[in-house]
Amino acid sequence: MSADWEMVIGLEVHCELATATKLFCGCRNSFGDEPNVNICPVCLGLPGSLPVLNEQAVELAMRIGDALHCEIRPSEFARKNYFYPDQAKDYQISQYDRPLNTGGWLELPDGFRVGVTRAHMEEDTGKLTHVGASGRINAALHALVDYNRSGVPLVEIVSEPDIRTVAHARAYASELRGILVATGASDGRMEEGSMRVDANVSVRPAGTSAFGTRCEIKNLNSLRSLGRAMEYEAARQIALLESGGSVDQQTRHWDESAGRTESMRSKEEANDYRYFPEPDLVPLAPDAAWRERVRAGMGPMPSDRRAQLAAALDGAPTDAEADQIKAVVDLGLDGLVRAAAEAGAPTSLALARAANEVAAQSEAGLSLSATTFAALLAMESGGQLSATQSKAVLGALLERGGGDPAAMAKEMGFEALGADTLSAVVDEVISAHPGEWERFVSGEDKLMGMFTGEVMKATSGKANGKEVAAELRRRRG
Amino acid sequence: MSTALALAAEVRSGRRSAREVVEESLAAVAAGNGELNAFLTVVGDEARAQANAVDAAVAAGRDPGPLAGVPVALKDNLCTRGSVTTCGSRILEGWRPPYDATVVESLRAAGAITIGKTNMDEFAMGSSTENSAFGPTRNPRHTGKVPGGSSGGSAAAVAAGFTPLGLGSDTGGSIRQPAALCGVVGMKPTYGRVSRYGLVAFASSLDQIGPFATTVEDAALLYDVLAGHDPLDSTSLPSVPEPTLASVHDGSEGIRVGLCRDLVDGCSPDVAARVHEAADALAGAGAKVEEISVPEFAYGLSAYYLIAPAEASSNLARYDGVRYGLRVDGEDAAAMNTATRTAGFGAEVKRRVMLGTYALSAGYYDAYYAQAQRVRTLVMQAFDRAYESVDVLLGATAPTTAFDLGAKVDDPMAMYMNDVCTIPSNLSGHPAISVPFGTGDDGLPVGVQVMAPALGEAILFRLARVVEAHAPQVAGS
Amino acid sequence: MSDHEERAPGRVTLSREDVIHVARLARLDLREDEVELFTAQLRTVLDHAADVAALDLAHLEPSSHPIALQNVLRPDEPRESLDRGEVLAVAPEVEDHQFRVPRIGGEVP
Repeated sequence: MSADWEMVIGLEVHCELATATKLFCGCRNSFGDEPNVNICPVCLGLPGSLPVLNEQAVELAMRIGDALHCEIRPSEFARKNYFYPDQAKDYQISQYDRPLNTGGWLELPDGFRVGVTRAHMEEDTGKLTHVGASGRINAALHALVDYNRSGVPLVEIVSEPDIRTVAHARAYASELRGILVATGASDGRMEEGSMRVDANVSVRPAGTSAFGTRCEIKNLNSLRSLGRAMEYEAARQIALLESGGSVDQQTRHWDESAGRTESMRSKEEANDYRYFPEPDLVPLAPDAAWRERVRAGMGPMPSDRRAQLAAALDGAPTDAEADQIKAVVDLGLDGLVRAAAEAGAPTSLALARAANEVAAQSEAGLSLSATTFAALLAMESGGQLSATQSKAVLGALLERGGGDPAAMAKEMGFEALGADTLSAVVDEVISAHPGEWERFVSGEDKLMGMFTGEVMKATSGKANGKEVAAELRRRRG
Repeated sequence: MSTALALAAEVRSGRRSAREVVEESLAAVAAGNGELNAFLTVVGDEARAQANAVDAAVAAGRDPGPLAGVPVALKDNLCTRGSVTTCGSRILEGWRPPYDATVVESLRAAGAITIGKTNMDEFAMGSSTENSAFGPTRNPRHTGKVPGGSSGGSAAAVAAGFTPLGLGSDTGGSIRQPAALCGVVGMKPTYGRVSRYGLVAFASSLDQIGPFATTVEDAALLYDVLAGHDPLDSTSLPSVPEPTLASVHDGSEGIRVGLCRDLVDGCSPDVAARVHEAADALAGAGAKVEEISVPEFAYGLSAYYLIAPAEASSNLARYDGVRYGLRVDGEDAAAMNTATRTAGFGAEVKRRVMLGTYALSAGYYDAYYAQAQRVRTLVMQAFDRAYESVDVLLGATAPTTAFDLGAKVDDPMAMYMNDVCTIPSNLSGHPAISVPFGTGDDGLPVGVQVMAPALGEAILFRLARVVEAHAPQVAGS
Repeated sequence: MSDHEERAPGRVTLSREDVIHVARLARLDLREDEVELFTAQLRTVLDHAADVAALDLAHLEPSSHPIALQNVLRPDEPRESLDRGEVLAVAPEVEDHQFRVPRIGGEVP
């Protein structure tokens, strides 16, 4: 983006809470079931139905507020009135004037702080499927509604418009996701829709302070889409302004395949939601004891866990190690690394293997035993396995869901050569090349490679290169 | 028919079968409903099956419940599983709910027999039952007159002797006013005392379900069955209700009664006269009667006609042709919603939905809706002040006796004025009851209203019993 | 929005345009004669409400409930859902076990 302009970004994240049941009724909160099997008078909005608030949803919403350093205050629910087929009552129960959590912040890994205006509770809508030419709403012939998702608890987290770069926007989304998972509030699966990010994007001439007109961008299904969409939208707005036009405040849909944002709303006036306090619910004011239990019960956040890993290394982490730490914490593998280190494995080796090989099969990695992992790492650091072999064994252990590293290594033909065997092979190689050996002994170091290669050939690659080199040097004296 | 109390005693003792009682009720309905149109749906087979079950329980020595074998008429805004529930509207014509209202379950558990669903003003909006999509109900005491509304069908069913008991709903007087016009007892409990789960909502912060009966004792008996906490209703009071039947004959000795001028002076002279006579009767029976003025009551009507339509406009949004009820096709979903609602709603519903939408809309919320809620606070505080010097309040229920069918249909404001005496206790959530007390100059019933503080049902029924005991004998009642 | 007098309590006059606007918000179609009739009738009701609108009640909190409950919660335990067949049996139009509606024109809230 040109230096003449600055982009201003605020992010709205809707997070589905990982409760067993919906926000206002006892239907299961479950993804992927047959359509319309998790419905009842309440979440279907049948005449005569009434909402009753889920205690665990409040607990999780409070944890989110606490993790984002918000003030948790007395709140009330409100109706947001609008007609739409996926909205069972044609109003959404949300929070408006008096949200549960306000005035917090989130610190990015690089130390930049983004303000969090509010994090309030609300119910989710049903799911619409547009049936027609392309499955896109504009070309649809009719639509189908599944209310399984109707009434699922959401927390909407609204950031201050403090973000100025795409990198920070992505970092915010990523860090927030880690926090949501760490609190137990959510499984953070963007691709399943349990975490949805909308971006408010505006631009202004660099160095000015007044806010430009913003557009809300929806349908961002991954961090990558988020980045691409914001870049596109900022460029679009800049082009408009530079050509003398103005930006209309509107909601725009990100089209991933076309690589552009498109206006969603018709030209009519913006919706008048006619918010008013929800008469079927009473105010929510978690008492001090509950707020304290939430605070006291909070486990470490991603930033805490990154710091713990960094502290376990010798000295400050290098840039590469910092990236590895971030990746490992993101995947929830930091516990594995720390446990392996406690069992005697070198921390930086454990970190590296976790960030790469284990990360490649992270699901399996989460159930990999720290003892197994540490044992494998010990074989590598002790020279019984080369790095390549160690990675291969690790991969196999993950695929198999565990096992004994030594047995696996043997099965894969990586068994460590006994010292006697190696000695015998070295004897043979030396006697097969007496002339070269004489020259090596008198100082031709470059012959090290030839002798190592011969030993490796003779052992079909099973020898450990470092060990071979060490043995040759020992013989040389 | 005999009273509920008498019938239940006969059935429980085995002197009479529930089946016989039900047949008597069904026969009365068959003979008289054609003219009165009190019932929209009669569930003969179901009623007989319920009666058989009660008789079987009695024969087996099991307790069949306090309302064993007693026929009950249910207002058609109460959900009855598998049984047509229309709310007096075309938009729900033929709709069968998949669930029962909590009060319906309570009735069944008490051994009562549901005879059918009664006529009402559409979605409970009205004071004459002339706003029903299925024709008006006629007043059994004079078939050229309205029975009052919105629970006109249940009031008429009880007044005509079809059933000894009925259920209605009261939002601005919709139980008490038809009770007064038909010459029966009608009572509205403290808000939250009776579960609203399964009552199709009109105005959520005002709606309450309550009993119709021919005697105060019967009304207390039915109230005791209905009252209690329901976990499916967030506005349901958690405390255990004080039973009222046992103390209903305790008299009025020493009770301070406030004869409320604001609920008498605006009434027709004959109605006012009856109220003064009731006050005298109470004084004669040992109560301390004094005149009291609560001028704030005058603001109640306007506040009500902003709050109720506002909540209703939101509660009725769900009738959109998507999930149940009437659907009229349109070229897109929004057009379908519009065509459906336009065809399905009557004029009064449309009027109130528009009024309510207006009161909540951007720019008007504070001047109308929020202001009306402040008036509500004003009225609540005025009640509190009044109850510092008196224990109960006395006044008229309706300003006139029953008016002619068709007399007020073209004048909404004149129709709304029928609620002026009943509205204050809806705003405050206090309990109130209408007791028949003589007739007007035209020979039509007059109802006298007793009001008590929140949770004061016991004292309410006690005073009502004294009023009833001193009511002038009325020919043919 | 529309042309009417000051939006101050007690001095607002409901216009035809207001009625048409509000009808659209509420998904209602009014005939011309209905617009006339409803405008007149609603105006009468609002005029009557002007006495309330004009009161100085700034010192009072609006009450949305007549009861003073708070923190009514339920445990996060599953309850039986409805039988899908029973629900869809009364639905206006069904396809693939879902509620079928006409296409949704461009307006997304």
